[in-house]
Amino acid sequence: MTAATETPAATGRHTATRPARSRRRGARSPALTVAMLLMFGYTVLPLLWLLMNAGKSDGDLFSTFGLWFGDDWQLFTNIGATFRYGDGIFLRWFGNTVLYSVVGAGGAAVLATLGGYALAKYRFPGRRLLFALVIGAISIPGTALAVPTYLLFSRIGIVDSPWAVLIPSLVSPFGLYLMRVYAADAVPDSILESARIDGAGELRILRTIALRLLAPGFVTVLLFSLVATWNNYFLPLIVLNTPEWFPLTVGLAQWNAQANSGSAGLGEATYSIILTGSLLSIVPLIIAFLLLQRFWQSGLATGSVKQ
Amino acid sequence: MATILPTRQATAEVAASAAGRDARQGEFCATPHGNANITGPERGVTAPSARPGTGHVLLRQHLAGYAFFLPFLVVFLVAIVAPLAYAVYLSLFQDRMIGGTVFVGLANYARAIGDAVFGTGLLRVALFLAVQVPIMLGLALFCALAIDSGRLRWPRLFRITIFMPYAVPAVVAALMWGYMYGDQFGLTGQIGRALGLDLPDLMSRSWMLAAIGNMVTWEFVGYNMILLYAALRAVPGELYEAAEVDGAGAVRIAWSIKLPALRPALLVATIFSIIGSFQLFNEPNILQKLAPAVVTTGYTPNMYAYNLAFNGQQINYSAAIAVVLGLVTVVVAYTVQLATARRERAL
Repeated sequence: MTAATETPAATGRHTATRPARSRRRGARSPALTVAMLLMFGYTVLPLLWLLMNAGKSDGDLFSTFGLWFGDDWQLFTNIGATFRYGDGIFLRWFGNTVLYSVVGAGGAAVLATLGGYALAKYRFPGRRLLFALVIGAISIPGTALAVPTYLLFSRIGIVDSPWAVLIPSLVSPFGLYLMRVYAADAVPDSILESARIDGAGELRILRTIALRLLAPGFVTVLLFSLVATWNNYFLPLIVLNTPEWFPLTVGLAQWNAQANSGSAGLGEATYSIILTGSLLSIVPLIIAFLLLQRFWQSGLATGSVKQ
Repeated sequence: MATILPTRQATAEVAASAAGRDARQGEFCATPHGNANITGPERGVTAPSARPGTGHVLLRQHLAGYAFFLPFLVVFLVAIVAPLAYAVYLSLFQDRMIGGTVFVGLANYARAIGDAVFGTGLLRVALFLAVQVPIMLGLALFCALAIDSGRLRWPRLFRITIFMPYAVPAVVAALMWGYMYGDQFGLTGQIGRALGLDLPDLMSRSWMLAAIGNMVTWEFVGYNMILLYAALRAVPGELYEAAEVDGAGAVRIAWSIKLPALRPALLVATIFSIIGSFQLFNEPNILQKLAPAVVTTGYTPNMYAYNLAFNGQQINYSAAIAVVLGLVTVVVAYTVQLATARRERAL
């Protein structure tokens, strides 16, 4: 799938809209390539450093050069140690992150798709006001809401439970905005009208026609909600107290706090475990991005996900 | 030159316009999904009485619209509107030793305006915004133009790699860079020792903000690059052809066609970056553990609000800080948007 989407024909470069571009492709600029190689190095540097150091023992960490292998390559030993540390709490955190991301991002994408479709294709009274309200919410700093969210949730007694992380993850004003833009073009009014004339109910139209047309936009919103929930730190940090419910981000930050608390030798997390845990926590999303390239490469800016 | 581009409002519809253009390109792709059996345009004409706009048919459609929007609305009210309203409500009270919780009107806001810690934090993120955002967006713009130029070797490799840090959690990014900056097993220390140089301590008071700026830049250059690149891809090919016929070179095309076409996307990127800067929390909060003397509890307004509520038990004042921070963010973002819209009209 990845290979197919990356052929020039599929990316639209060779379609009728841009014949001039493909002709200009021959003249390469070495200066430009060198400049971009510098950017490439800057991007890769910390990741390479992480990969090298996640494979080192605690001793090598301090005694060998950061951008090269240590005396022993013991990544798999470290991975084992990471999963064993603290009665296997890392695996629990991993599971929590998967739960929060899949349910939160999946739910957010479903709600945004339904809502965006409704706003784009149904002319019900009040829709402009509702849309303006949601657009206004995009510019509200999400973290400014976190402390009040904690207080509100503690009132209704769902603090320190998965619900406190999941409920706020379910709403994505920007996702709704994207889906409204996307649905406006992806679902032609003429199809809806014809289906109604044929006697199809609105739910049936949604199920059999609209959802299929909205699928690429859905995947884009899903992917970006997935990143947002997988990487979420501030909200879970605030609403969760029990380590068993932590996602990876909060857990790793806690290990870091322990390692730097100075109470050496009291069974605190070691740097090699933190580094290995960090490496493990970024692998799934990087794989997801590599597999779903065609969605984010064209779909990020807007609803421009159609190929 | 800009006038030959499709004109668009640069206000709230900023991204919509970019989307619209792309969507139109692919419209022919949207239909071949097996709906041919119901897609006869002539049928809509022959049965005008059943068209939307009449009686109970319309009502049923309105109800369906509400029903589809309802789930989003419910969560929106619970997760955004309610906390917002609750924050405003809380900010009007104070918890006193004697007399318990009392209504104090705007007293918390008066305190916030005169609060030196809050003021310093706001100035700090404003400085961050003024320096880091132009650097990040400048790099993103350069990368997007380079990848779109067709003159670059391995454009696909660069596109994917530079975007990758977006998938790395801010916590992990802060840990990696924080350890690299550090003097224990940090890279700067190792390089400094190897070269016999006395490199500056990046975790010191004078370098910390720049160190955080580097982390945020690393995380989001690729995201903004893809945002801008997607907008570039939507430029109609005829524009380039016309420019080439007129004898325009690559630099001239970039300046006269690509940059004007990128304005809406650049505005979106700027607004998001402004919001992100004011919200700065994750990176300094992680670094606080590595350099507690430098990253104070009020280092950024958001850290201040967090520490007031959870370490200082000053919930009401914390709510006021959160509200003021939100207002400042919205005002700055809106001002930038208005200023851009005015400039567009003037052209």
